[in-house]
Amino acid sequence: MIKKAEGFYEYFQRKDGSKTKATHYCAGCGHGIIHKLIAEALADFNLQDDTIFVSPVGCGAFCYYYFDCGNVAAPHGRASAVATGLSRALPGKVVISYQGDGDLGAIGFNNAFQAANRGEKFVCFFVNNAIYGMTGGQMAPTTLPGQKTVTSPMGRDVATDGFPLKVCEVFNQLEAPVFIERVSVADTKRIMKAKKAIRKAIKIQQEGRGYAFVEILSPCPTNMKIGAVEAAQFTINAMEATFPLGNFRDRSAEPPLVANKIPQKELSELIVGSSTAEADTSNFTAKEFKFCGFGGQGILSLGLVLANAGNSAGKNVSWFPSYGPEQRGGTASCSVVLANQEIGSPSVDKPDVLVAMNQPSLEKFAPTVKKGGVIIYDEQIPVEFDLPKDVSVYAFPAAKIATSKGVPKAANTALLGSLLALDLIGLPEEVVLAALADSFAKKPALVAKNMEIVETAKAWMKDNILS
Amino acid sequence: MSCEKHGNKSHPHIIQDECKGCGRCVDACPKDCLQLADKINGKGYIPAEYIGEGCIGCGICFYNCPEPYAIEVYKKDKE
Repeated sequence: MIKKAEGFYEYFQRKDGSKTKATHYCAGCGHGIIHKLIAEALADFNLQDDTIFVSPVGCGAFCYYYFDCGNVAAPHGRASAVATGLSRALPGKVVISYQGDGDLGAIGFNNAFQAANRGEKFVCFFVNNAIYGMTGGQMAPTTLPGQKTVTSPMGRDVATDGFPLKVCEVFNQLEAPVFIERVSVADTKRIMKAKKAIRKAIKIQQEGRGYAFVEILSPCPTNMKIGAVEAAQFTINAMEATFPLGNFRDRSAEPPLVANKIPQKELSELIVGSSTAEADTSNFTAKEFKFCGFGGQGILSLGLVLANAGNSAGKNVSWFPSYGPEQRGGTASCSVVLANQEIGSPSVDKPDVLVAMNQPSLEKFAPTVKKGGVIIYDEQIPVEFDLPKDVSVYAFPAAKIATSKGVPKAANTALLGSLLALDLIGLPEEVVLAALADSFAKKPALVAKNMEIVETAKAWMKDNILS
Repeated sequence: MSCEKHGNKSHPHIIQDECKGCGRCVDACPKDCLQLADKINGKGYIPAEYIGEGCIGCGICFYNCPEPYAIEVYKKDKE
């Protein structure tokens, strides 16, 4: 009978094409031992084809050269976040996040912590060697009190550098994790316990029971600047005083939490306005609109009515809002494109039609209007600059009309009426009005009033501009 | 499983050129039947070697070795 490594690639083929059977780890590094335990478990459980291994940043960054299973490399500290995505997208697969104490304990702590708190279905192997290995032996969150490192040459002073981060103890405060254990690979007895914990944690994934966390104390002879055997002794004698070994939690016998069923809906039900209309192939010149004003004037809604109308008429449409963080106030604009052909970009730099509802927006966008285009603005806006000469400009009493109908907020509807009167939209009027009515689906009482405002606006245009 | 040198006896097979000479196996061997060689290998490390007798095939050296492919352990087949 032969005892040999299983679960690894036959050769470790590096990016430069070189093939080797040796890892990149230093002599005596604990990573290799941990790798052997994980790879062996995957092979023994016949899980290699159902496992995705997330490599970290740090010394373990090249895990994907070694493990013969699915592999993904995550940015620094993000292995738990990437593992979250993978396990959610691929339920039933075994997802492993393998992270060091810099990756998990420092930059990625919140990713790991939140994943543990949500009880994501993956196993996190946390390799703790009390130092930053790959970067050259700097102090890590897990560095022991008094331990000398490159960045703590006098030894870690807990008064200024804080205390070692005990991740198992922290995670053990959370409700969701199913399994938490701290093990070590410093000697045979400990390696065998580590083997058992690692297999248990992987088994929990195979059975879909929830989050498992295994912290593994691992020697780093290079950065401890001692031999491999001495480094292993350091792991036992010094590290275990701060990081006691043992099982913190094993709830693998309890039934896993089951999520509530989310009612399934058709995509067309979810995407409001997704049109079933036949694509319009008639001769239609693409139109680009820009609506602008301050937030709360109904700029975005006005654009949306137009986009929905275009959608019902079988056009390709885009509606692209741009606004500040304010819900009310602040400047807002939206770009709408109606076209028969595909729309390359939803942003409108040179609109055919500009509708401006306040002064700064008018000043900002008026010079961008296409030659021969149209500008409609509320007549109450003071114009203190020269409007472009090669476009048609209409000062329209939108606010006045809306106010006269008792709905001052509906100035945007009045502007829609002016667009219809000037036939600038290019869509059948009934389609536009239907879209307007739809926009008040939640406030049907307002439909009639808005229709009245449209008619009044059209009449004003007919009497004052078109006659 | 038998091999040319050790027949059907339990023994570790140390792939000398894959060994980084950390000495974890030498330290861990319960039968003290491993030692560091008196020569360097192709990588420039002083590799571990089997002293030639005493192995019981326990596999402890295999698990203490950080390299996947540096040690294989042959355990004597049961009669």
